[in-house]
Amino acid sequence: MRIKVRIWRQDGPAAQGKLVDYDLDDISEDMSFLEMLDVLNEDLNERGVEPVAFDSDCREGICGMCGLVINGRPHGNTGGRDGEANTTTCQLHMRSFADGETITIEPWRADAFPVIRDLVVDRTAFDRIIAAGGFISANTGSAPEAHAVPVEKKRADRAFDVATCIGCGACVAACPNASGMLFVGAKITHLAELPQGQPERWTRVQAMVAEHDADGFGGCTNIGECSAACPKDIPLDVISTLNKDLRRSMLH
Amino acid sequence: MTDTTTYPDTAAPSTGPDSDSGSVSGLVHGVYREGEPLFDSKAPAGPIDKKWNERKFAAKLVNPANRRKLDVIIVGTGLAGGAAAATLGEAGYNVKSFCYQDSPRRAHSIAAQGGINAAKNYKEDGDSVFRLFYDTVKGGDYRSRETNVYRLAEVSANIIDQCVAQGVPFAREYGGLLDNRSFGGVQVSRTFYARGQTGQQLLIGAYQALERQVGAGTVQMFARHEMVELIVVDGRARGIIARDMVTGEIETHMADAVVLASGGYGNVFFLSTNAMGCNVTATWRAYRKGAYFANPCYTQIHPTCIPVHGDKQSKLTLMSESLRNDGRIWVPKRKEDCDKDPRQIPEEDRDYYLERIYPGFGNLVPRDIASRQAKNMCDEGRGVGPEVEGQGRRGVYLDFADAIGRMGEDAVRTKYGNLFDMYQRITGENPYEVPMRIYPAVHYTMGGLWVDYDLQSTIPGLFVAGEANFSDHGANRLGASALMQGLSDGYFVLPNTIRDYLASGPYPKVAPDHPAVVEAQESVRSRIDTFLSCQGTRSVDSFHKELGQIMWEYCGMERTEEGLKYAIEQIRALKAEFWTNVRVLGTNDQLNQSLEKAGRVADFIELGELMCIDALHRRESCGGHFRAESQTEDGEALRHDDDFAYVAAWAFDGDDEAPILHKEDLVYEFIELKQRSYK
Repeated sequence: MRIKVRIWRQDGPAAQGKLVDYDLDDISEDMSFLEMLDVLNEDLNERGVEPVAFDSDCREGICGMCGLVINGRPHGNTGGRDGEANTTTCQLHMRSFADGETITIEPWRADAFPVIRDLVVDRTAFDRIIAAGGFISANTGSAPEAHAVPVEKKRADRAFDVATCIGCGACVAACPNASGMLFVGAKITHLAELPQGQPERWTRVQAMVAEHDADGFGGCTNIGECSAACPKDIPLDVISTLNKDLRRSMLH
Repeated sequence: MTDTTTYPDTAAPSTGPDSDSGSVSGLVHGVYREGEPLFDSKAPAGPIDKKWNERKFAAKLVNPANRRKLDVIIVGTGLAGGAAAATLGEAGYNVKSFCYQDSPRRAHSIAAQGGINAAKNYKEDGDSVFRLFYDTVKGGDYRSRETNVYRLAEVSANIIDQCVAQGVPFAREYGGLLDNRSFGGVQVSRTFYARGQTGQQLLIGAYQALERQVGAGTVQMFARHEMVELIVVDGRARGIIARDMVTGEIETHMADAVVLASGGYGNVFFLSTNAMGCNVTATWRAYRKGAYFANPCYTQIHPTCIPVHGDKQSKLTLMSESLRNDGRIWVPKRKEDCDKDPRQIPEEDRDYYLERIYPGFGNLVPRDIASRQAKNMCDEGRGVGPEVEGQGRRGVYLDFADAIGRMGEDAVRTKYGNLFDMYQRITGENPYEVPMRIYPAVHYTMGGLWVDYDLQSTIPGLFVAGEANFSDHGANRLGASALMQGLSDGYFVLPNTIRDYLASGPYPKVAPDHPAVVEAQESVRSRIDTFLSCQGTRSVDSFHKELGQIMWEYCGMERTEEGLKYAIEQIRALKAEFWTNVRVLGTNDQLNQSLEKAGRVADFIELGELMCIDALHRRESCGGHFRAESQTEDGEALRHDDDFAYVAAWAFDGDDEAPILHKEDLVYEFIELKQRSYK
């Protein structure tokens, strides 16, 4: 395949960025999207141009490190060839693009995720939100026997489904308000579904939402772009759970 | 203090055969020397089921008020490092936690799919601590230390309790209790799982516990920081040099003890199932400062990975071997059928070779056996999938047609849905309709820094946990045991043993201009300057790929004396070229991913040589290490317990000097040494 990539290049957090075009003419459709960027970077290095900085680690769709806005969409679009399922950038393959296509690649854009360089952004705000309350306080060694508290299968399954969030930040990148409510809602719902999560349920939701707001994320206005872009299909109703819990927490 | 330890003085690499034996000066095979034997003195004597309790009791305590005066550095935030940082933070120590990723939640433990073993015996199928211990020692092909493995089995049940309390959403049955499944190499159901994402859920549990301590102020987090040097002062590990990957700043961090939980070194092969950033630098720097590196040649090649598609491939993707519970592995009986649509090949023309050769365990034989047999089938010309240049077809079928017939497609989807989706995304083929194609890939490294029962390396004050140490899996790791070991080390073992060392602290403050500190800083800066000023013609990746090819070819699934000697020469030549011809653009003072990779690849090249030396010296086959010269008549691995029932711990003796081999004899008091049989 021959393709043109139009990539956001920005030398540092304070530098002015711009889109730069590069041509690639020996791309196989079995390559992953990030392997295509590897090829570009080898080529740039050869030509004495500094490679494009981008994040990736596991390249199996689970660590959440990668994240590019591809043709205006967080993590890109599999274009129907693999079904319409959402994906992470690393699980996107070149077979989802057409020969001769121009592909625009940008970083996540949100005040809470400042650009570090090129396509790499700083997502430590997510860690701060978890540190504020996204946990169950159970010191090592203090746990009761695992079977002491049975958990209804339906609730355990729901807890698992929303706990599959990989913290990539696509929800924030997709949201016109750059809100992180899908991320927060997923954690609130995961822990609220489980009996072990009840004791801290009301303080947790208040602390996490306060930190979310302090970090510069926008508010949720129920647009739903977050869930539509989520590579793990976290459902929008986790935000309803979040809002409900936040209201109830005022009464506790 | 550590004066009960009897390993030889690391500062004076000792006694081995010396310069009096003719032209090669005591060198064995021309590449290494032998030193004094090594002992683990920390495991108490007595019955195996009492040892851990006795050690915990004997380990000195640290008064809660004194803990906040003690600083501990932990490198890596996977299951071992994350769990240790959380636990030591809870206990009240001052913890500094480092990871190269942008968040501790991304450590590669997250990618583990299948599950975690624990001797709960919830299925009442005859499981017990002793059986988990026995299975792990046997699975490791009798090359692990009994005491460590027994302890691992012993604390396994606590891990499940701890994770459930944290809110880890394990799979449950309708009655609300935890579900289990079985895994390769065992005949009981003891594996706890969270669909195909067990590692993710366990890591998120540890990560949340860690972030809770960050919030509480006991743990200071340094993400996007890479440890690039260990600081050893007066024979003790006292700190690290870390590079801030965003600003390039070379930072010095001092502490009373250092824990390395930096994972395995599978990326020495370039293509592996490890994450792109996984590297050996933390442990390799420690090796160069006096920590022994044990059994580096023990690498695990995982049987169920998606085959290679081309030469631009950046990594390989594993699919959980839990797939082997319901999938059946086969190749065509006849070579001429290999390019046919597999659905058109009738039952009688298929060779379900694992079921044929190993009727007792069938498709659930341990990983090393399943991998090598897949290679054998492809070497015979009966592989399937696209032809790979010069190698023929490198793939075998993993077929779910029977399972779908028996359980229905929905049940298969419930159990393996995410794995099937992943396969389809990567290959563009639908595994509900066409059998998957799989081929082995490098997955896990059993070798690592040598540690005693306390998980302390040969450098006092340097502890090593999880995949980064060598301790529990012998020559082969069983499925669902890596998660178990990571969490066992991190939550339960290390926090109990490190206090024995910390109880003698706080250790004297080290001046910022102490020669050992200055030396470490300067060596880091000089390395970086060398990379940036080299201005050669080849990219870092091109060297990494070449190293990987050498390793896969000569130190992969099958190793020979001739091949290994050749590989050592090749690696030495590659190293020389690397340092004179690598091209790293940009500067040190900002995010520079080529520069990061250069440091890692430089260390991988040196490690590659040591792996080949270790593989060359071990002239037996055991677990993941298969020497062609040592096999039974029917091609099975043949151990030589009289000669090789020991841990090979290697000491660094200087650049361009041969490493020194220290042997720790493996004594089996509770389990009888046997040739493994899964037939």
